[in-house]
Amino acid sequence: MTAVTADTQEAYQAVFDAAVASDERIEPRDWMPEAYRATLVRQIAQHAHSEIIGMQPEANWITRAPSLRRKAILMAKVQDEAGHGLYLYSAAETLGTSRDELLDKLHAGRQKYSSIFNYPTLTWADVGAIGWLVDGAAITNQVPLCRCSYGPYARAMVRICKEESFHQRQGYESLLALSRGTPEQHAMAQDAVNRWWWPSLMMFGPPDDESSHSAQSMAWKIKRHSNDDLRQRFVDICVPQAEALGLTLPDPDLRWNEERGHYDFGPIDWTEFWDVLKGNGPCNEQRITQRRRAHEDGAWVRDAAAAYAAKHGEATA
Amino acid sequence: MTATVNTAAALALGDDALVLSHRLGEWAGHAPVLEEEVALANIALDLLGQARVLLSLVGDEDELAYLREERAFRNVQLVEQPNGDFAHTIARQLYFSTYQRLLYGRLAAAGEVGDLAGLAAKAVKEVAYHQDHAEQWTLRLGDGTPESHERMLRACTALWRFTGELFQPVDGLDVDWRELESDWLASVTAVLERATLPVPDGPRTGAWSAGAGRQGLHTESFGRMLAEMQHLHRSHPGASW
Repeated sequence: MTAVTADTQEAYQAVFDAAVASDERIEPRDWMPEAYRATLVRQIAQHAHSEIIGMQPEANWITRAPSLRRKAILMAKVQDEAGHGLYLYSAAETLGTSRDELLDKLHAGRQKYSSIFNYPTLTWADVGAIGWLVDGAAITNQVPLCRCSYGPYARAMVRICKEESFHQRQGYESLLALSRGTPEQHAMAQDAVNRWWWPSLMMFGPPDDESSHSAQSMAWKIKRHSNDDLRQRFVDICVPQAEALGLTLPDPDLRWNEERGHYDFGPIDWTEFWDVLKGNGPCNEQRITQRRRAHEDGAWVRDAAAAYAAKHGEATA
Repeated sequence: MTATVNTAAALALGDDALVLSHRLGEWAGHAPVLEEEVALANIALDLLGQARVLLSLVGDEDELAYLREERAFRNVQLVEQPNGDFAHTIARQLYFSTYQRLLYGRLAAAGEVGDLAGLAAKAVKEVAYHQDHAEQWTLRLGDGTPESHERMLRACTALWRFTGELFQPVDGLDVDWRELESDWLASVTAVLERATLPVPDGPRTGAWSAGAGRQGLHTESFGRMLAEMQHLHRSHPGASW
C-alpha cells in the first residue's frame, strides 16, 4: 500500500467526523482515528473483563442458593454474564484485538474491570442487592451505549441490555421476598443494601471534572451522558424503588429537591473509590488470582483442542 | 397424573439430575475457556430443570432437595463424584449423558409411564446435546496432546468403577437393563476408541458401588456437598425465598 498522504488523511478524518456528527454508525472496515480505536478497545475490554470477573461474586452463591428456583435463576444469570463476555470480546476483535491479547492484559493487571466486583458477597441477600443496584447501575450506564457511534459495540449492547434488565428485575424480586420474609431475612436484605449502595454510586465513575476520558468520548459519541448525570438518574430511580421494597438507603442527606426536580444525596467517599481502583479493595487480589488460576489450569485443555484441530484439519476456534 | 408416577423412579432420576447439576454449577468462574463457562452452565441448567420436574412429581422440590439427609438420596454415586480436573468432569459427563440419553430414549418411546414419558421426551433432546458435548471433548482430550491424553486416561479409569451401578434396575422403570447396558458399553467404547483411549479394564462395580447410591449409600464427599447445598435453607426453617 502506498503511504497515506496528509491530504488523504484529512479527507478520511472529514468523512469520519461527518458520520459521527450525523449519528451514522462507524463500522469495522471504516477508517477511524487511532485514538478512537484505542479508546473503544480500552472501554470494550474493560466491559468484557467486568462481565467475566463479575461472575465470581455471584457464582460464590450458586452452590448455596436457598431454593431450586433461585438456584436456576442465579445459574442462568452467571451464564448470561459469560455470554456477555463473549459478545464483547468479539466486538473488540472487530477492532483488531484478539481475546487472548485482552485476557493477557487483564491477567497482567494492565487492563481494568469494574471496581464494584472487588467487594465481597457475604450473604445470600448480596445476590439480590447486586441484581437490583449493580445491574441497575450497569443498565443506566449501558442503555445509552446502545446508541454508541461504533456499530458492533452498540449492537452487542442492545442484546446485553435486554438480559441485564431481566437480571435487575430478578434482583429486585429476590430482595422483595427477603424484605417481606422473616425478621432475619429482612435484616439480611437491609444489611446488603447498606453495603452495596455507595459502591453502586461509584460505578458511574469519578465526578465529571475529574473524569479523564469523558470529554473526548462524548465528542466521539461513544459516551452520551456525563458520569454525574447518569449517577443522578440512577439515584432518582432507586429512591422510590427502595420505598417499595420496604428498605432504606444508607444516606441521611437523601431528600427530594423540588427546585432541581431530583433527589439530593450525600457526598461520595472518593478516597475509597480511588483506593479500590488502585488494588486495595477487599477482593482485588482474590478476583484476579482466581481468574489467572482458571486460565492457567485450563491451558492444557485449550492446547488439547488446538492440537486436535491441527491433526484433524479443523480451523481453530 | 401424580398417581401414575413411581416414587422410587422419580427420586432416582431426579436426584441424579439434581446432584450432577450441582457439581457442574461448581465450575462457574473456573472453566478453562469462556465457551465452556456457557456450555457447562447450560448443561447444569438443563439438569436442574429435569430435577425440578421429577422431584415435583412426588413432593415439594425444595423439601426434597434441602431437607433430606444424605442416606435418603437415591442418585448413583457417579454423579456425586467431585469435579476433579476438566478431564474428570468430561469423563463423568460421557458416562452419565450416554446413560441418560439411552434411558430417556427408551422411556420416551414406551410412552406408558405417565408423566415420566413426557419429561423423558423433552429431556432426551437436551441430553443428546450433553452427550455430544462430552463426546467432542473426549475426542479432543484423548487425541489432543500427550498431557491431555494422560489426564483423560486417568479420569476414564478412575470413574469406571462407578458405571456398573447405572444399570441396577430401578423400581418403576420398565426397561431392559441388560440391553441398556450393552448399548451403553457399545456407545462409550466407540467414543473411547475414536479418542485413542483404551476401554478401562477394571471392574465396573465394587463392594460399595453395586447399586449403593440407589439405596442411599454414598461416598464421603457427598455429605460435604449436601452440607454446602442445604446450609442456608436449613438455617431459616420455614422461610420463603
